[in-house]
Amino acid sequence: MTSDTKTGMFSHKKLERNVTLLGLCALGAVAIGGIVEIAPLFWIDSTVEKVEGMRPYTPLELTGRNIYMREGCYVCHSQMIRPFRDEVERYGAYSLAAESMFDHPFQWGSKRTGPDLARVGGRYSDEWHRAHLKDPRSVVPESIMPPYAFLAERSVKAGDMSAHLAALSRVGVPYTDAAIKAADADLMAQADPNADGAALKQRYPKAQVRDFDGNPAKVTEMDAVVAYLQMLGTLVDRQKAQAHEQPR
Amino acid sequence: MNYNDLRHFADSWGLVAMGMIFLVLVAWPFRKGASGRNHDAAHIIFRDDDDDQKQTD
Amino acid sequence: MDKLVTRVGVLFVVALLAFVAMVLGVDQAFSVHMGIACVAALIAMAVSMNKFDFLTQRFPVLSGPSVASRYDDDPIRWGVIATMFWGIAGFLVGLIIALQLAFPLLNLNLEYTTFGRLRPLHTSAVIFAFGGNALIATSFYVVQRTCRARLAFPGLARFVFWGYQLFIVLAATGYLMGVTEAKEYAEPEWYVDIWLTIVWVSYLAVFVGTLVKRKEPHIYVANWFYLAFIITVAMLHLVNNLSMPVSLFGSKSYSAFAGVQDALTQWWYGHNAVGFFLTAGFLAMMYYFVPKQAERPVYSYRLSIVHFWSLIFLYIWAGPHHLHYTALPDWAQTLGMVFSIVLWMPSWGGMINGLMTLNGAWDKIRTDPIIRMMVMALAFYGMSTFEGPMLSIKAVNSLSHYTDWTIGHVHSGALGWNGMITFACLYYLFPRLWGRSRMYSLRMINWHFWLSTIGIVFYASAMWVAGIMQGLMWREYGADGYLVYSFAETVAAMFPMYVIRAFGGLLYLCGALIMVYNVWMTVAGRLRDEKAMTETPHNPDADRPYVAVPAE
Repeated sequence: MTSDTKTGMFSHKKLERNVTLLGLCALGAVAIGGIVEIAPLFWIDSTVEKVEGMRPYTPLELTGRNIYMREGCYVCHSQMIRPFRDEVERYGAYSLAAESMFDHPFQWGSKRTGPDLARVGGRYSDEWHRAHLKDPRSVVPESIMPPYAFLAERSVKAGDMSAHLAALSRVGVPYTDAAIKAADADLMAQADPNADGAALKQRYPKAQVRDFDGNPAKVTEMDAVVAYLQMLGTLVDRQKAQAHEQPR
Repeated sequence: MNYNDLRHFADSWGLVAMGMIFLVLVAWPFRKGASGRNHDAAHIIFRDDDDDQKQTD
Repeated sequence: MDKLVTRVGVLFVVALLAFVAMVLGVDQAFSVHMGIACVAALIAMAVSMNKFDFLTQRFPVLSGPSVASRYDDDPIRWGVIATMFWGIAGFLVGLIIALQLAFPLLNLNLEYTTFGRLRPLHTSAVIFAFGGNALIATSFYVVQRTCRARLAFPGLARFVFWGYQLFIVLAATGYLMGVTEAKEYAEPEWYVDIWLTIVWVSYLAVFVGTLVKRKEPHIYVANWFYLAFIITVAMLHLVNNLSMPVSLFGSKSYSAFAGVQDALTQWWYGHNAVGFFLTAGFLAMMYYFVPKQAERPVYSYRLSIVHFWSLIFLYIWAGPHHLHYTALPDWAQTLGMVFSIVLWMPSWGGMINGLMTLNGAWDKIRTDPIIRMMVMALAFYGMSTFEGPMLSIKAVNSLSHYTDWTIGHVHSGALGWNGMITFACLYYLFPRLWGRSRMYSLRMINWHFWLSTIGIVFYASAMWVAGIMQGLMWREYGADGYLVYSFAETVAAMFPMYVIRAFGGLLYLCGALIMVYNVWMTVAGRLRDEKAMTETPHNPDADRPYVAVPAE
């Protein structure tokens, strides 16, 4: 050991020999970046622009979204159109922050092994989606997507949708008490063309009510996934969206 | 405080402060008197007497 | 005795609670997981009651009783074996999903074997199971030797090992059953996250406890990197996984954040899983094992201090480069880009520090295949930490983002840097932990080296071509002013690249399988009779080498 002399009041030596201090300094060094970058997003108003038309997911769409996450669709499909000419022409108007304001979690994705889905809603028929999900290569020969035929056989599990909506409202999604209470009924009603969808449509403007899976006998996971895909990107009228730039 | 204030701060004093901190941190291990201890520290790993298995306690 | 009764009692209560949760579970996956937890607690209870150290008594080889050590090496021996096991599992699943992208029939038309469910299994298996076990095992090894103290809280250290394996099993089975939070590299659901938090805090306690009782006044720099890795991963894990469970007896939860805030939190986490899990932790391995294997101190200890502070400070800012041109505010994107580019400096500082440690001993690259692996690992580290800042430039990112270029970049870092340095450290550890004079075969290490290197070259170059081709095809306009290619055409164009990539992965897996055999024979106590790695050409008549060998 070398003989150590005291080298001033502020010495790296102390740090090198004190676990607590070393740990705290390291924590401090790594905390700064996150605080400076993430915290402002929660209080700078312009982060999420004000747009018309955004509403929380209907129970059926939410069920479809949960299946989308369960099957890991996000590992191959993005939901974030960047503001480039080719992307806008290929997929539609570029995505706004407001369009995912009720997404817990976000599903922007990081890879396009398949195309972007941010505005896939209304682009294809329900029948196309059903055929594509059951056997992708029957409609797109080049596709490398896995088949999801089992979705059409499996009934959605109704019964606890109220709990799902309540959990989401606890993290800030504006579901009304009435919507939470009626969640299970709304789930069934949206896939049933004979049901009275008026209450549902009033709670969820622009909600599409029909039998999505072509099987009126039961409400399947296929109903839910197709309902979700068919509403993606349809809520905000991008012609009407406000200019993002602040007037000077 | 809004976005513009934040931007101005980041472009001026924030940048200067971070640059200074960085320079101090870089200068730190190069100060006088550190080299002996650094040399010593670098050799810690070779002072371990249990390195090879033949050691008896 | 009292301690034993308490332990058995606690485990019994845990088993009981897990059983109740299993019965009350609102979905099947949750019940399965609670069943696994219940069985794990019962096994732990039985083991404690019988005081029967199952592994060491059944498989005496695992405890290496012939090795007299001042240190507590049992959890390390288990850790290096677990690293090998999960490594093979992770590489294998990686190969399968690579083939699925070329031949979609391999999805087998079963929900459990689709690409979407297997891909998180692959990423978690290689990052958290293979990498995590390597980090835990090597950190326990390094901290004891550099502190010259035995592990603090030996019982807790064993809990860390087994608790971490339980975490891996819960996460992996969860992915197959579709239990996921759908945030990349943070997929495990809320109750698995809570379990990991408990294990991780125990890990921190064991590590810091050992540092506290050290006999060496100075804390060696490798331990700084390990400490920063443990603390930062705890912070990232806690914040990014904040979520609201739907039911206390169900697997589903919803992220506490939404949209743009959730996106930045996720990539702050995601990028620093790379920065602290796969970089800081593995640099800690580099700072101990490279000097030890080269038998010379690190090139510049000063540089290692600068390296440490600048790396941990800068890395944490770089997350937003995953969100270029998205709906994330511009200022955050710019910050992310600037810090990513600046990050190039400490990264290369560290690489130079590692490589220059061999200064004066470069001949070891020729004679010692373990050193050769370490050098290649550092070379790949340098390459991917150059590529990373380049990809974070917005103009480059506009082409590369969403393409396979990113996948190639990740794998040149993961296979080249993390994989190679881990293999090298394991080759260093196995003979020492089992009291063998060397690995069973040095030539097999050399084979492993070449198979891995060539595999990575195939992998990375295929993904570069695929990524750039994809990016260019997506944005190509014809003379008529319309997009030239449909998306499906760009998918079809990837086919040969995906096949080449899978071939590269196959080579890498083969290298690892050779390692398994080599390790198996080493642990069994065998030494392969083989020709030396290099033969210095010599003149038998004069009995001296033809070429003068430098004195040092």
